[in-house]
Amino acid sequence: MDPEVLRSYVPLYKEAFILTLETGWLGIAIAFAIGIVTAFIMHFRIPVLAKIASVYVELFRNTPLLVQLFFIYFALPKIGISIPARECGAIGLGLLGGSYMAEGIRSGLDAVGTLQEESALALGMSKRQMFMYVIFPEALSISVPGIVANVIFLLKETSVFSAISLMDLMFTAKDLIGLYYDTTEALVLLVVFYIIMLLPVSLLGSIVEKKARYRTLGV
Amino acid sequence: MDVILEVKNISKSYEDITVFENLSLTVKKGEVVVIVGPSGCGKSTFLRCINALESIQDGEILLDGEAIDASSKELPRIREKIGMVFQSYDLFPHLTILQNLMLAPVKVKKTPKAEAEKEALSLLDRVGLLSKKDNFPRQLSGGQKQRVAIVRALMMHPEILLLDEITAALDPEMVREVLDVVLSLAKEGRTMVIVTHEMQFARAVADRMVFIDGGKIVEEGSAQEFFDDPKTERLRQFLNSFSYD
Repeated sequence: MDPEVLRSYVPLYKEAFILTLETGWLGIAIAFAIGIVTAFIMHFRIPVLAKIASVYVELFRNTPLLVQLFFIYFALPKIGISIPARECGAIGLGLLGGSYMAEGIRSGLDAVGTLQEESALALGMSKRQMFMYVIFPEALSISVPGIVANVIFLLKETSVFSAISLMDLMFTAKDLIGLYYDTTEALVLLVVFYIIMLLPVSLLGSIVEKKARYRTLGV
Repeated sequence: MDVILEVKNISKSYEDITVFENLSLTVKKGEVVVIVGPSGCGKSTFLRCINALESIQDGEILLDGEAIDASSKELPRIREKIGMVFQSYDLFPHLTILQNLMLAPVKVKKTPKAEAEKEALSLLDRVGLLSKKDNFPRQLSGGQKQRVAIVRALMMHPEILLLDEITAALDPEMVREVLDVVLSLAKEGRTMVIVTHEMQFARAVADRMVFIDGGKIVEEGSAQEFFDDPKTERLRQFLNSFSYD
C-alpha cells in the first residue's frame, strides 16, 4: 500500500463522504416522517388510508433500493417528472426507509396497552393529547432498537447511490479503481470512511437504546 | 344533599351478551357508594360506563345534570370532573412520579407549572411518598404506585372519584396503605363510587352498599343493614363466601 496514494485520495473521499452523509441523513429524515405518519395510520386503522399504507409498506419493503432509484431517476422523467440525482437518492432512501420505520414504530404503538390510553382519557385528555404525551413517547422508546437498526441499514444502503451517478463513497472508490488501478488503497479508504460514518451512529444508538430501555423497562 | 351523579336505566351489551340491563344509581355529594358482587357481574363495566370508557346501549348518565355521551366533543371536559383509578395502577412509565402527577393539570387544565408542582408535592407528602417524586413508576412497589395513581386522579380536582378494584392486584400487606388513603379521602367528604372485594374495608368506608349480581342490583342499603341484616338470600350467600366461621 502506498501512503502517498492514500494521501492524494483522501480529499476526494472527504467530498464524497460529505455528500453521502448529507443525502443519507436527508433520506433518513424523510423516512422518519413517512414512518411516523404511516405507523399512525396503520395503528389507528384509519379507513382507506390504512389500505394505502399497507400497500406502500409491502411495495417498498419488498423491492430493492436500486430498483426504486432506477424508477425515480430513469422512469419518472419519461412522464415529465425529472428530479436531480441527489434529491432522487434522498427520496428513494426516504421511501424505502419509511416502510421499515413504519413497521418499527407501529409495533411500538401496538405494544402500548389500552390501559395507558384509558388512563390518559380518564384524566380528561383529548385523543390528541393522549397520543402526544402518553402513547407516542412510550411507543418511541419501545421502538428505539428497531429505529437505530434502520438508521444504520439506511446509511449503508447509500452505497447504491452510485448507480444513479451520485458521487458518493462507493462511486468514488469505483471511479478511482477504474482510473488508476490502485485497488487496495481505494478499498481501504472506502472501508475506513464507512466506519467513520457508521461507528458513531452505532455507539450513540446503543446509548440511546439503553436509556430508553431503562426508562420504560428498568433493565 | 345535592345529587352529583345520576345513572338512569342504563343497559350494556356486547353483541349478543347482555352485561346489565336497566341499572340505576344516584350518588349525592359527599357520599361513598361501594359496589360489590361476584366476578363477572358487571360491576367494573358499570363503573367504566360512568366516564364513557364503555359505551351504553340504553339509558342516560348525568353528572351535575349534564349528559355523559361517548360521542360528545365535550367528553374530555366532563371527564376532568370524574377521577378514575384502575386495578393495575397504570402510571405513565416514561415519566417520573412528579411528571405523572403534573401532566394532566398542566396540559389539560393549563394550570401553571409551579402551582401544579406545589400541589403535587403536598399531596405526595400526604400519602407518604414525597421522597419518590423523582423516581420512575417501575421503581415503586404496587402499593406505592396505587397511592400515586390516586394522587394523579386528585390532581384534576374531580367532583367524583371512581375506584375500580384498586387493591385487587396488590400483595396483602400493601392493601392497607392504599385503603388508608381512601378512608382519609372519605373522611374529608369526597364523593366516591368504589368497586371492591375487601368487605371489611367496604363496611368501614361505605355510606351505602350496592350488591350487583347477574347484571341487576339485587340489594342496596346502609353498610350496617347490608352486612348485619341482608334481606335477600343471594346476598346472604355472597357474604357467607367471605367468612370462614
